[in-house]
Amino acid sequence: MMVKSSERHQVPSQQAVEKKGWWRAHKWFILRRVVQLGILALFLAGPLLGVWIVKGNMASSLTLEVLALSDPYVMLQGLMVGHFPTTEGLIGIAIVLVFYTLVGGRVYCSWVCPVNIVTDTAAWVRRKLGIKVSSQFSRSSRYWLLGLTLVLPLITGVIVWELFNPVSLMFRGIIFGMGWAWMVILAIFVFDIFVSQRGWCGHLCPVGAFYSLLGQKSLVRVSAYNREQCDDCNDCFVVCPEPKVIRPALKGADKGIGSLIDEGNCTNCGRCIDVCDEDVFKFSSRFKG
Amino acid sequence: MSDKQKRGLSVSSEGEKAEHKAVLSRRKFMGDTLKTACGTALLGLGMGTYSRQASSFPAGTIRPPGALSEDEFLGACIRCGLCVRDCPYDMLRLAELGEQVALGTPYFVAREKPCEMCEDIPCAAACPTNALSHELKKIEDARMGLAVLIDQEECIAFQGLRCEVCFNVCPVQGEAITIEMHHNRRSGKHAMFIPVVHSDTCTGCGKCEKACILEEAAIKVLPTHLAKGLPGTHYRLGWEQKDKAGGSLVKPDIEHQYNLPEGVRYDYNQGGLELPPEAKLEHDTPFSSNPLDSLKKLQNQENK
Ligand code: SF4
Ligand code: SF4
Ligand code: SF4
Ligand code: SF4
Ligand code: SF4
Repeated sequence: MMVKSSERHQVPSQQAVEKKGWWRAHKWFILRRVVQLGILALFLAGPLLGVWIVKGNMASSLTLEVLALSDPYVMLQGLMVGHFPTTEGLIGIAIVLVFYTLVGGRVYCSWVCPVNIVTDTAAWVRRKLGIKVSSQFSRSSRYWLLGLTLVLPLITGVIVWELFNPVSLMFRGIIFGMGWAWMVILAIFVFDIFVSQRGWCGHLCPVGAFYSLLGQKSLVRVSAYNREQCDDCNDCFVVCPEPKVIRPALKGADKGIGSLIDEGNCTNCGRCIDVCDEDVFKFSSRFKG
Repeated sequence: MSDKQKRGLSVSSEGEKAEHKAVLSRRKFMGDTLKTACGTALLGLGMGTYSRQASSFPAGTIRPPGALSEDEFLGACIRCGLCVRDCPYDMLRLAELGEQVALGTPYFVAREKPCEMCEDIPCAAACPTNALSHELKKIEDARMGLAVLIDQEECIAFQGLRCEVCFNVCPVQGEAITIEMHHNRRSGKHAMFIPVVHSDTCTGCGKCEKACILEEAAIKVLPTHLAKGLPGTHYRLGWEQKDKAGGSLVKPDIEHQYNLPEGVRYDYNQGGLELPPEAKLEHDTPFSSNPLDSLKKLQNQENK
């Protein structure tokens, strides 16, 4: 227990690895990466191997010629122009909406979005380099940006945000060809390391903001069900991309706050579950607490 | 609240301290909000301006069949690439960052791979947003652009040579391109077989541009708005209106009055000068109609 806190923060999973073993200290992290890369692989199997399982990209896709899925946020931007999707499009939106409403909106962030791999890595590099300075944005900036991306189409008649959106840019880039899009990805990587901690995903990205609104009342939630066991090592706060969401559930027992992390911005990434050597957290549901 | 507190000076009691803190945090909150709002507005301005610029669609690139007008298309297409995937000829692509076409939108370059005009239009059928309109039922009704025989100096048909390759590959053959014969003024005795594109049937598929035998195609598919002229909306062609109405819509001209000798009239339609019948018979002239008479006359004069 006598690790200096600064050192410990550079390797927040160290204690968990010692106590629970490497796999249990990385389980959800690995599973997430498998899912994220797996989704990309499904999309890439067509163009690379000629095995057509999923066509299209995250904006809209068709799986095995039957399952149509569409990104409600991108479609909403089109709707702001006054353009209505086809029936397939509408069905696709409905499926995606229901799914994320149930499992947690920002599950999109931690389990699907490829930018998440970039920003998680940036956060890791930042910890390794021990960079502490960070310019402060309000975490609500993303909701302003979300509003902006929905108002701009109204004014210009163009789906403006999709000319910039790093999420679409990266996903489409990997599947259809990058062009200069890698510069944008690199910019976010550098920004997150040197300019602002968790700057992009935690403060600015309107896509994440949209999905956080979807997941306000999701069924699947992380619970600090074992919060009495917390030994204040702080590891969970260090790894969490949205550290603010942990405190009420973990430390709110006196104030009568439940142990469920009931916050739209929790990405259900499960990294806190991995990294806690006291096994304070687990995946739970809204009804179990 | 006293003036002192407002200025944040000498706060004494606990209650006042808390209130002071609240004021400060409210100020900070307002300041932050203002900052964020201004930042957002600036960003919006930047993005909006850029989007206007980025929505110019370069000539030489063509949207897939059924695409809405460019303005509408940019508000409808979500850049999913399903059209690209469902094209059996794999000739569509999505614009990458750094290209001139609006990021992520589908297009093709005719000279590289033209549209094969699939009967079932799979690209449009795949589109989840109707950016490629599902209302397009017959591929012959597609208007992706318009072929223009743009270089009439280099097209070898204009040199009087036989080519007509573009005519022969056109899927709407004999309608979208026809061959018109013109007199070859260089040789003086041959014909030139000139391909002529008709906008009412050309789909803009680009097969002609792809096939043109020149190093750089003489016939090119252009966006329709670049290729087509448009007469003023009030402009009517008299003869068409006359046919439509089944007769002239204006009163016939008053016949022109010529100042001519009595009995003579001028038919301005075909006949020309019309003399009275008797004038035609009697040629009252000093010259005989027999040229030998004139010769004899000359001889007589010399003999004198
Ligand atoms: S916040 Fe945005 S970029 Fe980050 S993981 Fe979520 S969707 Fe992706
Ligand atoms: S009509 Fe056929 S060849 Fe032409 S773009 Fe569509 S799918 Fe491709
Ligand atoms: S399928 Fe439709 S929405 Fe998708 S990229 Fe093509 S035109 Fe755009
Ligand atoms: S683009 Fe050329 S080949 Fe295609 S329909 Fe028009 S004239 Fe014919
Ligand atoms: S193929 Fe080219 S060169 Fe030949 S007639 Fe057509 S436009 Fe002219």
